[in-house]
Amino acid sequence: MTEQELRDAMIGALIEVAPEVDPASIDPRAVLTEQLDIDSMDFLNVVVAVHERTGIEIPERDYPKLATLEGAVAYLAAAAQQAGATPA
Amino acid sequence: MPSLGADMEFGKLLEWHVKPGDLVKRGDIVAIVDTSKAEIEVEIFEDGVIDELVVSEGTRVPVGALLATLRPAAGEAPGTLEPTVAAPESPAAPRALPAPEPAASVSEAAVAPLPRTPPPAPLAAPAHQDRPRVSPVARRVAESLGVDLGAVTGSGPAGAITKADVELAAGAAVAASAAVPSEGKAPVEPAAPAASVAAADRQAAMRQAIGALMARSKREIPHYYLETQIDMSSALAWLREENDRRAVTARLLPSVLLLSAVARAAAETPAFNGFWVEDAFRPAGAVHLGVAISLRGGGLIAPALLDADRKTLDDLMLGLRDLVGRARSGRLRSSEMSDPTITVTNLGEQGVDLVHGVIYPPQVALVGFGAIRERPWASEGMIGARPVTHATLAADHRASDGHAGGRFLALIDRLLQKPEEL
Repeated sequence: MTEQELRDAMIGALIEVAPEVDPASIDPRAVLTEQLDIDSMDFLNVVVAVHERTGIEIPERDYPKLATLEGAVAYLAAAAQQAGATPA
Repeated sequence: MPSLGADMEFGKLLEWHVKPGDLVKRGDIVAIVDTSKAEIEVEIFEDGVIDELVVSEGTRVPVGALLATLRPAAGEAPGTLEPTVAAPESPAAPRALPAPEPAASVSEAAVAPLPRTPPPAPLAAPAHQDRPRVSPVARRVAESLGVDLGAVTGSGPAGAITKADVELAAGAAVAASAAVPSEGKAPVEPAAPAASVAAADRQAAMRQAIGALMARSKREIPHYYLETQIDMSSALAWLREENDRRAVTARLLPSVLLLSAVARAAAETPAFNGFWVEDAFRPAGAVHLGVAISLRGGGLIAPALLDADRKTLDDLMLGLRDLVGRARSGRLRSSEMSDPTITVTNLGEQGVDLVHGVIYPPQVALVGFGAIRERPWASEGMIGARPVTHATLAADHRASDGHAGGRFLALIDRLLQKPEEL
């Protein structure tokens, strides 16, 4: 998957839990839980949705790496490259 | 009109899911009611045949008003043709509880109208099969904009009509009418302001409902507050190991451990699980654990995880995920809104260390948790860093004393030290 596809997957997952958010307004470097007011249940749903959209396994210990949009895209790109993951 | 929470005074009947002559079973969803807080699926409290729908769709009536009449199914009581049963009259509201009886039967009566498990999806009445699915917010926007939902094309899952679809339809209508030459008339108002007015009304109504209930709580309930710090290292270590083994869809949140511990402690400590009604405490028997859920854009709702003390962690997690999802974007069921027996609020998510809760009347206790944070912790003569949460109890002094409250919190602590047994 390209970086743009991974970014789209991440944004799509965020919009699923926070439908009122304008994707263009997301600050890629700000902490997502704070900027979008999402809690741990929302965040878990984001992780599940990203997994479903990309097929990438995200162990719980890596959750902190998904704290910002920029961090999440970088993490997903690295994970996709390493695993050679294909979309689920 | 059933009481769907102690803060509800009126309800608006949005939709009937049944018509006269329909056979219904206890737990079937018969109607959708809009409280000031949410749209709720109303479950029927006993088997029978719908006789007459007294209140029509779109009507706002006070709690306790007759909605419909029900008669026994023909096979069960031959010859009985007259309507014999009134519509849901506050089925689970504490005021509808019978006079105190031996505890077992009181608790049975208290939960009788509630299905033990979520009812199966009701068979849609033929008249409703073609009905488009509409999200609650879309319905409100449509109402405020005067959009006919039958004429809107849904773009959501399974053709569901979303808010955007309604606004699009409203915009199209506005554009169409604006295209008609109209001399000297003010420009037609765009759709968005009207929609935000509806949302603002909703916000105001919800604030009012929360305010009225909390004012009643502070006026009537002599609260006392206790606090303890709980070492969460065993619980989190167990959870980490457990989640490592699990697929992402099956992972547990720390809050599920907290909920389970409170539910189990409440089952063992009846003085904190029940209702204060008519100058007396009535223990509830079953533990229906209220969970305070903040809504996106503001507001609060505290529906129940039914029989939470008897559920496994996996079932609690599934239940919580389902409940949070429906509280925020879908519909709750009447059995979940009818007063929970004790409530938990977890404000740690926002980084708060400590919450002194306000009890939801007629409940008698509320347990609060702050953030789980690493703190210095002295144990066996050594100081180390451990994940710690502040647990608080707000309890009704009419129903219990601080001594019992302390034991209750200590029990929650003890249960959290053995997460594998939760």
